[in-house]
Amino acid sequence: MTTTTLRRVQERTLPVRRYVMGVFFLLLAAVIWFGFIGSIPEQISATFTFELGRSVPALAPWHLAAPSTLKILAALCAAFGAFQLARGFGSYTNLTLALVVGVFIFGFLTWAAAGKSLNLAGLFNATLLKAVPLTLGAMSGVLCERAAVINIAIEGMMLMSAMVATLVGSVTNLWIGLIAGILSAGVLALVHAWLSIKYKTDQIVSGTVINIFALGLTSYISHKYLQVFQNLNNPGIFQPWPVPLLSDIPLIGPLLFNNNLFVYAMYISLIVLTVALFNTRWGLRLRAVGEHPRAADTLGINVFKTRYMAVLLGGLMAGLAGAYFTLGSVGRFDENLTAGRGFISLAAMIFGNWTPIGSFGAGMLFGFSDALAARMAILGVNIPSQFLLMIPYLATMIVLAGVVGRGHMPAADGQPYEKE
Amino acid sequence: MSENNEDNTPKPEAKRGAGEILLEELTPETPKKGSWVRSAAQSMVVPVLAVFTGLIFSGIFIFLTTTEVYTTWAQSPLLATQYGIKAIFQAYGALLNGSLGNPGKILASLQSGDPTAIRNAFYPLSESLVTSTPYIFAGLAVALGFRAGLFNIGAEGQIFVGAICSAFVGYSFTNLPAIIHLPLALLAGLLGGAAWGFVPGWLKAKTGGHEVINTIMMNYVAFRLSDWLLSGPMQRPNSFNPISPNIQASAELPRLFGPPLRFHLGFFLALAMAYAVYWLLFRTTWGFDLRTVGLNPSAARYAGMKASMVTMVAMSLSGALAGLAGANDVLGVNHNLAMAFSSGTGFTSIALALLGKSHPVGVVLASLLFGFLQAGATQMQLAANVPVDIIGILQGVILMFIAAPAIIRTIYRLRTPKEEEEGGVTISWGGA
Repeated sequence: MTTTTLRRVQERTLPVRRYVMGVFFLLLAAVIWFGFIGSIPEQISATFTFELGRSVPALAPWHLAAPSTLKILAALCAAFGAFQLARGFGSYTNLTLALVVGVFIFGFLTWAAAGKSLNLAGLFNATLLKAVPLTLGAMSGVLCERAAVINIAIEGMMLMSAMVATLVGSVTNLWIGLIAGILSAGVLALVHAWLSIKYKTDQIVSGTVINIFALGLTSYISHKYLQVFQNLNNPGIFQPWPVPLLSDIPLIGPLLFNNNLFVYAMYISLIVLTVALFNTRWGLRLRAVGEHPRAADTLGINVFKTRYMAVLLGGLMAGLAGAYFTLGSVGRFDENLTAGRGFISLAAMIFGNWTPIGSFGAGMLFGFSDALAARMAILGVNIPSQFLLMIPYLATMIVLAGVVGRGHMPAADGQPYEKE
Repeated sequence: MSENNEDNTPKPEAKRGAGEILLEELTPETPKKGSWVRSAAQSMVVPVLAVFTGLIFSGIFIFLTTTEVYTTWAQSPLLATQYGIKAIFQAYGALLNGSLGNPGKILASLQSGDPTAIRNAFYPLSESLVTSTPYIFAGLAVALGFRAGLFNIGAEGQIFVGAICSAFVGYSFTNLPAIIHLPLALLAGLLGGAAWGFVPGWLKAKTGGHEVINTIMMNYVAFRLSDWLLSGPMQRPNSFNPISPNIQASAELPRLFGPPLRFHLGFFLALAMAYAVYWLLFRTTWGFDLRTVGLNPSAARYAGMKASMVTMVAMSLSGALAGLAGANDVLGVNHNLAMAFSSGTGFTSIALALLGKSHPVGVVLASLLFGFLQAGATQMQLAANVPVDIIGILQGVILMFIAAPAIIRTIYRLRTPKEEEEGGVTISWGGA
């Protein structure tokens, strides 16, 4: 705990970071003022609707006068920036950053929707769905790395689970398919654990082994069977299931509690994992193994066993994320279906500072950029969607460089443990 | 991480001496003269056995996915086994034919003396060499990184950016003689890749951000960038497909034989690069610094070497080599840039560098092997109905055995050598 406190003190007193952040806020204000307001005609209004595919919209539509809304938002950003430069927000800096970025995003949406209408509820729902595999994948990374085993094989595990879930789900039923998918990723995780814990292979190499192998195997099965026999590639999908009572809450209910199994699995694992990692003896031991395995060993914790367990659980989590792609989304498997989502999960884990809650936040942010990119063309915005899709990667690099405050990586991350 | 900034520790006058002592301390005893053949053979044992075991493993896999095995199993397990084994031999036979060519056809064509027939007979061999060429470049890129203790997992992105740059120079500069245009296009690819490698190197040296994450992120930035360029600024006029215009003839890497052979100058360029990397690593003081930093960065810093500088230059060079792989494909093979033209080369290159033990000669041999397998597998898919993706499975298994040589030693009951062999990757996640 003392190191964390020390880090906080350092961050609070570091003036360079304060100025960088202040200038960044002012920059965002300038973009809103000159970039957005300048490019739309005056007295145009932006309409936000809240429809979720049902007869009754969740909320009455908002009609905002775009230029004046944007002016208020720009002023807000500028005010935060000025205060940050003059006094600084101290330990609330990151919270302020989140707030200002939120304001900026709202400004961007207002600008994009000027003269048109944008379905905010639909956008949110798409974001949530895109965030599910990213968050689950990131939590897989959190589990592994908190025990100091790097998992860049999330991608391979997802792919394997997606394929197995489709195949088994088509032959039997959805639930057995789901379980088989999750277990198949668990098997890959055991290989990863076996290579990196027993043989002390470089963990990135062993992750690459899994990725190459999983891509080869799933493509092979896909070519040989799934594309030839269509009935093997048709497991169906889990339909949305409204949670009783909770889904009746206005606005929040239909948004959050009328989704499929995977979304609820994400909520539950988010809560369970957060509590388990930070409020139980189990979590304390797991983190001790990741921070200082020697000390943990001295205190009688079985380092190897803990790591095996963490990697296995991480693999099962990645399997759940992978099954989402087929059983929770498109309902069929195609070659390289995950298309790098496992690596974005890794990014979300880093962005989320190796915590489940942070992973969820990062997953939502990355999911949002994905969901928005798909809507750019419809809105007729003149920004190539590819640039929006780059944001998660660039943001992760910036976070990793320590501009937004150095993340807390487990101290022993990536180092094999040798018993003396 | 902060240690990275303290690279200008004094004692420059003792630099060379201290460094040399250091490397002697770090590296295993140099073998006696005359025994290098034996030591080379010894270091080949595990890779060769890994490839062999990998082939057996994929053979079992082919066996298990042969339909006849299941349809006849109920009648007679013996017959089913025969079918399965026949399928394995068929597949590997087609693989061999597809990669080396049909010996009978080659002989017959040589006897007939008809140049077209000879070229057709040598077509598989030429294709295998063409496939191997980008592997050599990319494998060298990863190997160079490994030698400096850096894990360049971003070869794929660097290949893309290199390809983008050389494609742009290739089609947009007109009326240049080939002697200027071709080197210029190659240089563009090299610089593009180098820039893409420099960024993670710089971030690693200055902020300690881990190069594995940063290169992965740079990969995806490169993919999105090429998506955008190919559907916008660089798209072929009047085309709906995401493909660039064809490059000028003056920028093409010349093909050495008539059609249909696609074997081109790039192969020799790749071999030249392998020699250059060898010379740089083992014959220059800078290469010595690089290897020392790779083996033990903090010790290198004490010896007065600029670890952060080495990191940046090594990542840039690594990126440059990967960029050449992209340039090679655009200028020598495709003559244009299409979306997802190099799927997987970047990841394969990690396997190549590990299989080749991060030594240029090893990398060239590994690249030839993988190139031949890959090219042969395309034929195998047609001839034996075994999907080309079996190569991915094979690569994964080989890489696993290379990464954990102890498994191979257990299977074949080999003795463990005195010094545990170095895979080349020494720096772990947390940096120095």
